[in-house]
Amino acid sequence: MTGVGSIFNENLKVINIGIESFFDSMKDQSIPVVHVEWKPPAGGNEKLMDILEKLKK
Amino acid sequence: MIRKTIIKENAYFDSVTLMLISSRVTGMSGVQNAAVMMGTDQNKELMLDSGLITEEDIQKITPNHMVIGILADNEHTVEEVLQGINDELTKKNTLKSDGEKRVKTQEEAVKAQPGSNFTIISIPGRFAKREVLKAIENNIHVLLFSDNVSIEDEIELKEKALEKGLLMMGPDCGTAIINGVSLGFANVVRQGSIGIVAAAGTGLQEVSTIIDRRGEGVSQAIGTGGRDIKEAVGGKMMLAGIEALKEDANTKVILIVSKPAAPGVTEKIYESLKGTAKPKVMCILGGEAQQIKAKGFYFTETLEDAGTVAALLVKGKEPMMTYFSETKEAISSLIHKEIAKLKPEQKCLRGLYGGGTLTYETLLIIRDILGDAYSNTPLKKELLLPDIKHSLGHTILDMGDDYFTNGRPHPMIDTRLRTERIKEEASKSETAVILLDCVIGYGAHEDPAASLAKTINEVKEKNSKEGRQIVFVASICGTEKDPQIRSEQERKLREAGVIVMDSNAQAARMAAIITERGKSLDELSWEVN
Repeated sequence: MTGVGSIFNENLKVINIGIESFFDSMKDQSIPVVHVEWKPPAGGNEKLMDILEKLKK
Repeated sequence: MIRKTIIKENAYFDSVTLMLISSRVTGMSGVQNAAVMMGTDQNKELMLDSGLITEEDIQKITPNHMVIGILADNEHTVEEVLQGINDELTKKNTLKSDGEKRVKTQEEAVKAQPGSNFTIISIPGRFAKREVLKAIENNIHVLLFSDNVSIEDEIELKEKALEKGLLMMGPDCGTAIINGVSLGFANVVRQGSIGIVAAAGTGLQEVSTIIDRRGEGVSQAIGTGGRDIKEAVGGKMMLAGIEALKEDANTKVILIVSKPAAPGVTEKIYESLKGTAKPKVMCILGGEAQQIKAKGFYFTETLEDAGTVAALLVKGKEPMMTYFSETKEAISSLIHKEIAKLKPEQKCLRGLYGGGTLTYETLLIIRDILGDAYSNTPLKKELLLPDIKHSLGHTILDMGDDYFTNGRPHPMIDTRLRTERIKEEASKSETAVILLDCVIGYGAHEDPAASLAKTINEVKEKNSKEGRQIVFVASICGTEKDPQIRSEQERKLREAGVIVMDSNAQAARMAAIITERGKSLDELSWEVN
């Protein structure tokens, strides 16, 4: 399978970023999942975020 | 009245968690208003507008602060609310079980779980692009639940994802089912051979649950986000989804669910679909039937028919549409019994919806029976409700719309927005019928029917004292295997005297026919091929 359908042949391993109830529903379905306890980076200061991103590269 | 503001540093909870807590404590007696929010600019504005914080507070609060604001009758109530909030937050923390993988960043997540291949991203829209780009870099398929992502970013992200053969469903994609896993707001449906691509969130939920209830199943259900079919985005994810389903050996029937696409996109979709011998069902809400049928595709006007026709095609049977599941006699007798309860001045239908696509489907269905209806998401510009707080004539509201959900939980996860409006509509002398959806499944409220039923019972009691009755009609979008259990939800609504129909389409028809006092009953044809 080419294209986006490549995922159809794989077992899902999920990263949940944000709303915690979606993490819970993955666990309920016995799907391997890691939850990212996401916080706005740089205290939500967008200018600072841009600088940090550039520094990482 | 006492105001109490507490600003906490280094405490972060997602917005849904905090909105649900806010909603719960605001419902406590003696509380005029209460909210607990992260200190983003938008939230600060909301809290300032509702008098929960002052201009002075604004200066101190950053997005890293969690802010609690309370307006209550007395100190004692303030203490109770604070206790309530603390209990909920503590409960949230202690519910974390051992062995759960929790990390702070996507980079850590990738390391913690090698081979991760899918991510659900539901953070505030302006931060979402960074996370999507990281996921694409790591060859991870994406469901982008967040809204408030620009169309330019959407195009860029979809192009980057497709270069690597990755799904980028969204932004504003609420639901998908991939390899039998329900993602986002999705129902538990059996696996099978119907592949769906939908640019319509609750539309996908309704068709997938109907398919399940007709004894068939879903191979894959891909959401695209509503903007995908606009000219600018060009149907990128819709087309990629169709191609994938064409190649997928488990998919025997392809079902497309959306509003009409931009003309250029429609042509591309037709072209792509022509390249497969698999039967194709098009549920284009408000679309041109003749044009679609001329291409050799099956066309359905409603979500129910889309699910039913796809299921029949899998079974190798002739497609058939449903008007009502029950006999004409049964429906007619039910309708006349309800009409007898109404006073002459009760002439209006009021629909209060949690699902956007379900709202749209209802507007289309009732147009043929009742004529025009006002809405916050109307079929024609001139039917836009001038003041969203006040219904006018027949009104169908999508209460999941930004106006309602700004700082408040979506009606699919918290019924309060709707229960407040039910009370208001029920108190109006012109209201004949209140029409509701009840969407269950993962992500949705744990027991929406119980909450709706409680309000409906209160309203009925109040109205009966005034010698007035209102008819309630609803449908449930969900299956027996959903955590809330469809039959349980149905029982609770029926016990509150609600007429529960088999699908949203049937509920909309039923509500409209009762409102117009059964005039169109005789014209109905029960079996349509």
